[in-house]
Amino acid sequence: MALVLTGLWIGQNVELLPVAASLNAPIYDQLFKVLFSIGSILFIGIFGLLLFSLIRFRRRDGETGDGAAVEGNLQLEIFWTAIPAIVVLFVGIYSYDIYDRMGGMVPLSDPHSMHGAAMAPQASDGSAGAVIQASVLGTPPEPSKRIWGGIGSGQISAGPALPVEVTALQFAFLFHYPQGDITSGELHVQKGQPVELRMEARDVIHAFWVPEFRLKQDIIPGQPTLLTFTPIKAGSYPIICAELCGPYHGGMRSTVVVHEPDEFATWFEKNNTATVAIAPSTSSTG
Amino acid sequence: MTIAFPPQTSSSPPGLQPEGWLRYLSFSLDHKVIGLQYMVAGFFFYLVGGALAGMIRVELVSPISDFISRETYNEVLTLHGTVMIFLWIVPVVNGAFGNYLIPFYVGARDMAFPRLNAVAFWLIPPAGFLLIASYFIAGAAQSGWTAYPPLSLTTPAAGQVVWILSVLLLGGSSIFGGINFIATVLKMRRPGLKLMQLPMYCWAMLGTSILVVLSTPVLAGTLVLLSFDIIAHTGFFNPALGGNAVVYQHLFWFYSHPAVYIMVLPAFGLVSEILPVHARKPLFGYTTMVYSILGIVFLGLIVWAHHMFTSATPPWMRLFFTIATAFIAVPTGIKFFNWLATLWGGKIALNSAMLFSCAFIIHFVFGGITGVALAQVPFDIHVHDTYFVVGHFHYVVYGGTVFVIFGSIYHWFPKFTGRMLNEDLGRFHFLITFIGFNLCFAPQHWLGLNGMPRRVAEYDPQFTLMNQISSVGALLMAVSTLPFLINVFWSAFSGRVAGDNPWNALTPEWLTSSPPPVENWKGEAPLVQHPYGYGVTPGQIDLGAATGREIWSSGQ
Repeated sequence: MALVLTGLWIGQNVELLPVAASLNAPIYDQLFKVLFSIGSILFIGIFGLLLFSLIRFRRRDGETGDGAAVEGNLQLEIFWTAIPAIVVLFVGIYSYDIYDRMGGMVPLSDPHSMHGAAMAPQASDGSAGAVIQASVLGTPPEPSKRIWGGIGSGQISAGPALPVEVTALQFAFLFHYPQGDITSGELHVQKGQPVELRMEARDVIHAFWVPEFRLKQDIIPGQPTLLTFTPIKAGSYPIICAELCGPYHGGMRSTVVVHEPDEFATWFEKNNTATVAIAPSTSSTG
Repeated sequence: MTIAFPPQTSSSPPGLQPEGWLRYLSFSLDHKVIGLQYMVAGFFFYLVGGALAGMIRVELVSPISDFISRETYNEVLTLHGTVMIFLWIVPVVNGAFGNYLIPFYVGARDMAFPRLNAVAFWLIPPAGFLLIASYFIAGAAQSGWTAYPPLSLTTPAAGQVVWILSVLLLGGSSIFGGINFIATVLKMRRPGLKLMQLPMYCWAMLGTSILVVLSTPVLAGTLVLLSFDIIAHTGFFNPALGGNAVVYQHLFWFYSHPAVYIMVLPAFGLVSEILPVHARKPLFGYTTMVYSILGIVFLGLIVWAHHMFTSATPPWMRLFFTIATAFIAVPTGIKFFNWLATLWGGKIALNSAMLFSCAFIIHFVFGGITGVALAQVPFDIHVHDTYFVVGHFHYVVYGGTVFVIFGSIYHWFPKFTGRMLNEDLGRFHFLITFIGFNLCFAPQHWLGLNGMPRRVAEYDPQFTLMNQISSVGALLMAVSTLPFLINVFWSAFSGRVAGDNPWNALTPEWLTSSPPPVENWKGEAPLVQHPYGYGVTPGQIDLGAATGREIWSSGQ
């Protein structure tokens, strides 16, 4: 009992994660707390049991006898087959639920995306006839956004997504805003507005990772990938390449700046080189 | 002397098999010599791999890339992974202990195919030196031990091709070994010795060898295709030529996830031999242990895609691999609870072998818990390819397997040499290894959660302190090999004489002299007895009891 309480306390109160800055990050943190609590209970329990055995049953000086000849105990063994089975089952169901809330279970293959070799070609508006593949992983973030699949799941809100084309190459990320013809080395997004990244890799596999968004997606050459998320906290966060991509892999970093809505409009206006007609009003993006 | 030597003894032509220490440099057919050849060669490569790890940790003391060039850093991390996996852990837990112990356990005078066995060992030194030489001659591979294309197609070709060649040789060695173990365990048992009477390590090696034989050829085929892509510019895995990079990942992990079990199952087996001896109790739950090994073998083959959750795998695949992966915790959990029950109520000798084995239990439980967490897709997409994974992996293979290797050396050294290792030095070795290891790898979990990717030479300055702690741990681990080496060399020549059975153990390798003669026994092999029959005097056995003992005894 004390063990369970300790485990729960550790799980709830030891903070190991960075700020949660996207819509799916708090959901992720819930899962983390559950896993951390269960893990602490099991680990402390087994560690304690082992330590107790080593001390209590250590061989004292002069002892030469054997321990009891216990070969097994069916009930006990069934019992401890059941413990991990139940824990694993519970964790599995719970993480399935979490995954679903993140939007991960939406079938990718709605009209478009599929993956692997049989990608359904789809002309995406922004990139002339590019084949875009909705990648799964991308999915987690905002359920909602699966524009392609045309499936809105979960709690999307906040209106249309801001499309951004991401090109990953050795050793940088380039961000292009088709609505404003802006090209930038940093990703600027607006708090509360979903973002839809259409990602392509030029040379080798890279990965787009923002720890504060709890979000990672490999960008594989030949497989244009869609990733959506909604930032919920203003600030600057690192974008990190998480897949070994060559000598300067460690230096392949960028920044995502989450602006308050009016700031974002200003930034967009200032950098917009396209005709002013395509005003990037937050509500009309897309 | 009236001992009748069995006719086999004279069958090996004199002169081709040197005597004395020269045996260890020869194409010896003796399974014990080959086992020790594996062990010493493996330990040499452990020192090489450790030096490479040291370079990595020195580079990471500061957040900028200032110790070695970035290209060299990538070569170093590639070599570190490849050397430690293919030249240290796999050859030692399988080749060294497998060759030394399995023939004793099945009651045979040698392995089923002694020449194949020697060939398997002698593939290792050239492959290892080839790999290391590539660094000095052409520059080693830079694409990590995973060698993902297209990166592996664009980095300097010579190093990558040598890497492939070397891994193919080592894979071949591993397959030869696997075939040999399967044949030995299934076909070389003494008449009447049933499978369910074998010591647990035989089951572990049987399961491991099945994994080796099923999955290693897949890696070999994949690497051959990859080498075609590099040399002949074919397009199997090159997206620019219409290939698919993700297919490589599937094929690679189809071997490389089972490889984790190839490294860890034999360790499970070794621990199952060590604990009963030093706790003076029978191994708890023999039958469930056997079935859980078989369960791990089966599940281990169908979990590979959990390494690819961020590689655009479809949702159903993620779901399937999450469930399959998490369920490995069930058979694994059974084994750990059975070991705890083996210790419970025993007369536990707190010697080095026991301490290393118990540390293995702690580390592996920790690594298993983070492993179940990593199996959950939503958790994995955050920490995949970060230091969290590095920490998890090292808890499993270093905290798990390497600790068992050390424990096993303390346990079997008296059998290998006839002399005991020094216990005080041994416990000192344990203490600094244990502290150094946890200091090195525990902070890495935090690093990963907070945003440090793996395989980087430079990192965000906020992570400096944790990385320095980790490097201090690595330094302690490096230092910890000193008392061990001193202990081994000193004890081999002037350690306390062990006698044939210093632990008073019951498994068959202790029922011959130390070190054992060629062909294992002078004269007939002794009658096999219950390998875990502690706590009872012979004759006290209740044949009516429905326990493992009854099953065991039914063959006699």
